[in-house]
Amino acid sequence: MRHTWKLTLSRMRLAMRNRAFLFFSLIMPLAFLFVAMGIFARGLVNATSYILGPVLALTVMGSFWGLSIQLVIFREQGILRRFRLAPIGPGAMLASSILSNYFLTLPTVIIEFALARWFFHLQSWGNLWAVLALVTLGTVTFAALGLTVASVTNTMQETQIINNLIWTVFLFLSGATVPLPRLPSWIQKLALFLPPTYLVEGLQRALTERDITLWDLRTELLALAGGTIFSFWVSQQLFRWEPEQKVSRRAKVWAASTIVPFILLGVWEYSHGPLLRNSKSAFDTLREAQPSPDRTR
Amino acid sequence: METALFVPNAKNIQTESAEIKPAEDETASTASSQAVPRETEHCVIDVFSMSPAIIQVDNLTKRYGDVQALSGVSFEVQEGEVFGLLGPNGAGKTSTVEILEGLRNADSGRVSVCGLNPEQESNSLKHEIGAALQSTALPEKMRVLEALTLFSRFYKRRRNPDELLKRFGLEEKRNAFYSHLSGGQKQRLALAMALVNDPRVLFFDEPTAGLDPQVRHEIYDVIEELRREKKTLLLTTHYIEEAERLCDRVAIIDHGKVIAIGSPRELKQRSGDTTRIEVRLARPAAEQALRQLEGVADCRVVDGNYVLHSARPPQTIVALVKYLEAGGNELASLEMATPSLEDVFLELTGRRLRD
Repeated sequence: MRHTWKLTLSRMRLAMRNRAFLFFSLIMPLAFLFVAMGIFARGLVNATSYILGPVLALTVMGSFWGLSIQLVIFREQGILRRFRLAPIGPGAMLASSILSNYFLTLPTVIIEFALARWFFHLQSWGNLWAVLALVTLGTVTFAALGLTVASVTNTMQETQIINNLIWTVFLFLSGATVPLPRLPSWIQKLALFLPPTYLVEGLQRALTERDITLWDLRTELLALAGGTIFSFWVSQQLFRWEPEQKVSRRAKVWAASTIVPFILLGVWEYSHGPLLRNSKSAFDTLREAQPSPDRTR
Repeated sequence: METALFVPNAKNIQTESAEIKPAEDETASTASSQAVPRETEHCVIDVFSMSPAIIQVDNLTKRYGDVQALSGVSFEVQEGEVFGLLGPNGAGKTSTVEILEGLRNADSGRVSVCGLNPEQESNSLKHEIGAALQSTALPEKMRVLEALTLFSRFYKRRRNPDELLKRFGLEEKRNAFYSHLSGGQKQRLALAMALVNDPRVLFFDEPTAGLDPQVRHEIYDVIEELRREKKTLLLTTHYIEEAERLCDRVAIIDHGKVIAIGSPRELKQRSGDTTRIEVRLARPAAEQALRQLEGVADCRVVDGNYVLHSARPPQTIVALVKYLEAGGNELASLEMATPSLEDVFLELTGRRLRD
């Protein structure tokens, strides 16, 4: 644990010195906040709460890209090899990667909240504990998913191709960019099997529904908690220090299996779950949206 | 303290070792259990009257796909010894070291470092050893002092990073990013990092490869200092000078086999008291005829040059010139040198070390 913490602090320092990291984890999310709010929530108070959900979700989901690329670079350049000589294991390497990313994502989330409040007249903070829980579990889940991808890819190019494919699905079929109720019915059903759906929908409900409790969000929280534990375990099992360590077919099957908790949950949601209904209720709040007293320019 | 005998083949090893009668019984048992290169044409039996070896390698094999990287490598390293693995690229040096460091698993054979099995007790072993890889890499934006401090915190036993900076001449670069260091500075940092846990055994894999002569000599000084401190060090190299200058004993390794082992002096004695005369001729000459010249013990053709080993160099040169004149041939160049480990390698393999 001590090693994990030392590594976490070191990785945070390294990330702060990396301009690309600052661009992708701070500037881009904030730019997206302004674009999304400016277009979709212009002058609509309730829409601000609703749009803030996917904005925060995309910030959190960014860990999927960042950590997988970083792991592959470290492996390709032989940096992991040097760490391997020290008495530290894959768990410490992965956990420090996720923790440092989490601690560096939190300030962006807070800034996004602050800007939503002061620039776009966010009326309610929603349930901040629920938001914090979703942001925490979401960061770890998507980071671990990215690390799992990096465990079975050999080169940067390969990682980028696979990440792009997964990212496109996550982005456009989960409600992160287009509200779920506005998507065709078959995509809505497909979205039930995707991890970001639970993050986006959970954040939207935590921000828009009055008096919502953690218990009300149990499906979303459980989905992300299950994803967190399973993805982290798989990424630890598949961790490779060396670029020449071969990826077995079995490892690829394990990597693909990280979607299993979401398939099981998706099946349950499809037959019994309230997710699509809740999503529609949250979306309906837009209809009640009132023009803000002081429209944002 | 140490005896080294060359034996012509594996069959004779047992006979020779049985004939060695060290002063004490304990030594005899050490001698008989001494790992001896098997399946080798030429090898040396090392007899120690010291404590059990801190590194023991017995009949190590490793295969990568179709390539047999190691074919029964055996040797032992005593505590406080600087031991070199000398061989050309692809000989199996790095594979051997990485198995000892616990970075790779052997296919078969027995390995022990500080009494620990690198495969099964990897974590405990990491506290006892320090290693500089063939090419060490760190994150570009990591500062020199940060790297030493971070890595030292992973160990139970640790050395002061400031002291290491001073020792390796990196004080001025303490706050420099890793990416801003020169090749020599990066290598010095890699060696300093190997010492952060004050290890019992050090592994340096090609510590001076690709460095300019000045930096190489700076690193030699550091290694000599470690030698004076009686640190156990196993280093791999393909530089003759490095092995001769730094190592107490050297194992010459080729095609995954140890082909000779002993101190540099002992190994060079293998070439007898001969001088190497390397000549380039205007036209090819009969190798057999050159072998008949006065004083010549051996003659080989290497890279188009004729390498003669002579016990009486002046007479050999005179005879050579006469022979060439008689045949209408001419000397294009001539070089003379006392035997080096290069000659030992050449004699054993028929190839140069750098080939």
